[in-house]
Amino acid sequence: MSRLSVWLRRGLRALRHPLGGDGDADGARSDLVLVGGLVVGVYALFTVMALLGPFDGVGNVLSQLETVTLLVLVYVMLALALNLQWGYAGLLNLGVAGFMAIGAYTMAMLSAAPDATVPGLGLPLVVGIVGGFLAATLFGALTALPAIRLRADYLAIVTLAFSEIIRLVVRSEAASEFTIAGQRLGTGGANTFPLPPNPVKVLLYENPSEPLVAAVDSPTVAGDLMLEIADVFNLSASQAENILYTLLLLIPVGAFYLLLTRIGNSPFGRVLRAIREDELVAGSLGKNTRRFKITTFAVGCGLMGLAAILWQLQGQGRLSPGTFEPELTFFVFVALILGGSGSNTGSVVGGIVFAAVLLEGPRALKRVVDENFDVSADPDTIIEASQGVEPLFAYLLSDSSIEALRFIMLGVVLVYLMQRQPQGLLGHRRGQAATVSLPTREEEEP
Amino acid sequence: MAVRDNPGRVLSSLRVNLLPALLAVLGLVLLLDLGRRLVIGGLTLSALVRFLWTGLVRGMAIGLAGIGLSLTYSILGFANFAHGDYITVGAFAGWVTTFVVAGVGSVGLDLLVLVSSDASAGELGINVLSTPVAIAAGLVVAAGITALVTVALDRVVFRPMRDANGIALLIASVGVALALRYTLLILFSGSVRTLTTDVPTTAVGVGSGEVVFRAHDVTVVVLAGLLMLGTHLLLQYTKLGTAMRAMADNKELALVTGIPTERVVRTTWILGGALTGAAGFLIALQLGGMSTTLGWDRLLLVFAAVILGGVGSIYGAIVGGLIIGITIRLSLVWLPNELSIASAFVVLVFMLLVRPNGLLGGVETV
Amino acid sequence: MTATQSTEATREREGESDDPSEGTTTAGPILAVEQLRKGFGGIQAVDGATFEVAPGSITGLIGPNGAGKSTTFDLITGVYSPDSGRVRFDGTDITGWRPDRVARRGLVRSFQIARELAGMTVMENVMLAPPDQLGERFWPAVLPGFRGRVAEQERELRERAWETLEFLELDDLAGERAGALSGGQRKLLELARVLMTEPEMILLDEPMAGVNPTLERKLLDRLQELSDHGYTFLLVEHDMDVVMEHCDPVIVLHQGEVLAQGPPAAIKSNERVLEAYLGGEVEA
Repeated sequence: MSRLSVWLRRGLRALRHPLGGDGDADGARSDLVLVGGLVVGVYALFTVMALLGPFDGVGNVLSQLETVTLLVLVYVMLALALNLQWGYAGLLNLGVAGFMAIGAYTMAMLSAAPDATVPGLGLPLVVGIVGGFLAATLFGALTALPAIRLRADYLAIVTLAFSEIIRLVVRSEAASEFTIAGQRLGTGGANTFPLPPNPVKVLLYENPSEPLVAAVDSPTVAGDLMLEIADVFNLSASQAENILYTLLLLIPVGAFYLLLTRIGNSPFGRVLRAIREDELVAGSLGKNTRRFKITTFAVGCGLMGLAAILWQLQGQGRLSPGTFEPELTFFVFVALILGGSGSNTGSVVGGIVFAAVLLEGPRALKRVVDENFDVSADPDTIIEASQGVEPLFAYLLSDSSIEALRFIMLGVVLVYLMQRQPQGLLGHRRGQAATVSLPTREEEEP
Repeated sequence: MAVRDNPGRVLSSLRVNLLPALLAVLGLVLLLDLGRRLVIGGLTLSALVRFLWTGLVRGMAIGLAGIGLSLTYSILGFANFAHGDYITVGAFAGWVTTFVVAGVGSVGLDLLVLVSSDASAGELGINVLSTPVAIAAGLVVAAGITALVTVALDRVVFRPMRDANGIALLIASVGVALALRYTLLILFSGSVRTLTTDVPTTAVGVGSGEVVFRAHDVTVVVLAGLLMLGTHLLLQYTKLGTAMRAMADNKELALVTGIPTERVVRTTWILGGALTGAAGFLIALQLGGMSTTLGWDRLLLVFAAVILGGVGSIYGAIVGGLIIGITIRLSLVWLPNELSIASAFVVLVFMLLVRPNGLLGGVETV
Repeated sequence: MTATQSTEATREREGESDDPSEGTTTAGPILAVEQLRKGFGGIQAVDGATFEVAPGSITGLIGPNGAGKSTTFDLITGVYSPDSGRVRFDGTDITGWRPDRVARRGLVRSFQIARELAGMTVMENVMLAPPDQLGERFWPAVLPGFRGRVAEQERELRERAWETLEFLELDDLAGERAGALSGGQRKLLELARVLMTEPEMILLDEPMAGVNPTLERKLLDRLQELSDHGYTFLLVEHDMDVVMEHCDPVIVLHQGEVLAQGPPAAIKSNERVLEAYLGGEVEA
């Protein structure tokens, strides 16, 4: 009888915590309102900008929203993974890009067809994805094993050097194609590495590895349905396919969030927070701090690898070593710090704000300005541009300048955050470090 | 309570002791292989001398750039990721000056200030023998402007954060690095421009072959050497130098003994910035070309040099620079060109794992 | 000592007994420190300290400031490795072990200057301490199949934590950030954490500093009671009244070595000890 009541209570508790949340059920609800409001705001902003830009039909607007959403989801995943390492355990990993590269390239080498331009093992994509995740985890563990005892700044330098070694090796001629045990393999070197078709393509087309123009001629049942819906919204096949992919990406993003919230609220996460605050105390209470740090580092790296795989598989996926430069790592840090390291909801908010406002915002804004203002002058140099206001404006809005301005803005934001708001937008909020609710004492069953 | 002996701990303590031994064996094997290649002829003596010489040239430039990083690392207690872009600032400030001095009146202004993407040095004929004044002026301005920029950035960014921990400063410096690099990109565009033409060379016979000495390589070694010597004298024989050494050794103690911290900090930035700017100018001189990623591309090498030599030690930074420079060039015996930089990073990683306090011991002394 | 026993011990606090320990004497010491040495730069902080602690005792470790008491603690618990000498605990040589391994072996310490985890709540600080938590392992922490067992254990631990907090009069502050506590409360929080680890032996570095007299009285009775249940204490304390009343034997450290040891009465009248304390501050 009493066992039954325990089970009942447990079930009720699970219901009250449908989203996990950083804290209790109320916290989860307010988190949901916050994130939801943010998403609505971002969509409203980008819809307005898409309408003010060269308006090109509903399909175009949807496609632009899809682009933002994809980036948001990718950075949410990356920020969550980094939050585990930096926010929870205080491990300063500046090698994010390197571990992402390991995940993505391992997946590609396992799954690419043996007769493709860049040959691979031709294993099923699932094997490739799992293999990429495991490879990134393993490399994370191998890095952490000796490096974890280093001071935080040295760990930062070692991990940055490590990620650069990976990038340089991946893009080297020696790695571009080689033979192991009679099996031709390669990374494609400095060239791009075309990826096998993603699961969405497999779902939609009978011949998913064909180029899209050919593949749409023989859709599956699901593909037929999608193409018809696409017609209604005046979407091209590739736009519709991308939207479907991005929508499905919500599943792994949700899984990331649940996993990391679960880790954060577990006794494991409690030890991590203790390590971050005072490692000697955690050790003096008998916690094997090395084991916790190595596990955390490895899992975080694996998740980064997985996020990279899910990101790169989108559309006509191609890997390029240029994607994995250290700037990518700094992007993820800005996203995390912006939202507030230590809080999973903060990571989500940071990922949204970073990807939408800082990363994609300037591009969208440029389209609006290009469309609505006459910036025909096109000065080549800053000297020509400084002849007047309009040429200067035109110069600063050129494609390369917009990119550069974006980076300058990121740099300024980073400095500002570290000076004024090191806890980020949501950093003052802290999750509860326990599986059961702590502040109130539960009445014992009679 | 049961005894939980963790077998992993035995392994990890073994590994800690094994790693240096393993590295020593690896080094010995490489050395033996080098000898074997020399004997059987896979590697000519002239090629070896060429690798060592160009390694020395690179190492001197990296070491010079490392002094400033090492000083601020120990006195302000943070790894400054903007240091690479301070190098770039020096290179651009210096070379704009050199171009203006060498070519004022003969070509258009936008070419002279390097902003034009089709800038070419051909018409100006800049090299150390035909335009020595322009190059000297460039070096001085590179040092001056970089010192100014570092002090200004300290005012705006780092000084308000004096009480923050090293990691917050590190992350802020990443922001400074991004902002600085892309500001330069907007001003000067991203193209790689040529700086020098017709660099004089001398060939010296070594063994069966010959080694070509470029005038600019020699210039870099000589000027970097002089600047290092000057820094040594400054720190050793002036009151400010003593104060800086004291602060690098023990900040709290220095504060107690009444050394004016902010003044020492400013002097550190000025000295470090000037040397870094000069290093940037010299690196571009040696390469004969530059783009806005010049310093960022070398940041990890400079970090490697500083950590190798021991943070806080200027002599360590110089020795570390030489080791890194020679490692990069000598690795070409075994590795393709595109992986030679990676070899320096590998050295850095192993160094941190085996002896995080640097080759010259753990004492942080300028 | 098992979990149930210590929970039992915690629950027994109402029926406080002042009975002196009736000799839980077993063969040999539980902690033996031999010729321990540690120098920092030019300063020899610990210089050949040698002493033993009998199981079930409350051994006092006293000495003037700078005598090397806290460093001795650091050497025993693995915060520093000794330059030479040995530390043996319960028959095992633990010299140079890392702190976490020493703690898991059953030897747990508190810090002289309380090291509360300031950003975590009082309750979270206490919940951190218990060993062998299922949810501290990665897979049980994340896999759904373990969810119920982890939560169950958490509930048990929470119950124990409440009892410990109530006993130390910290229960009103359970939801408070540890960083907001007063100095005395932080010392109590340290003690609460140490008790939650279910150790065999506890090293306490000035646990009463800043604690109000009523609570101090209660704490001392509590230590006595725990020692009756088989816990061993090594206590660094500045309050000589406390030491002389509750500790037996007492070890006096001076300049890194053991100056004297023995029952409180003998220490009180020891000439050299009085000398070391400059003019005989040691009066009970």
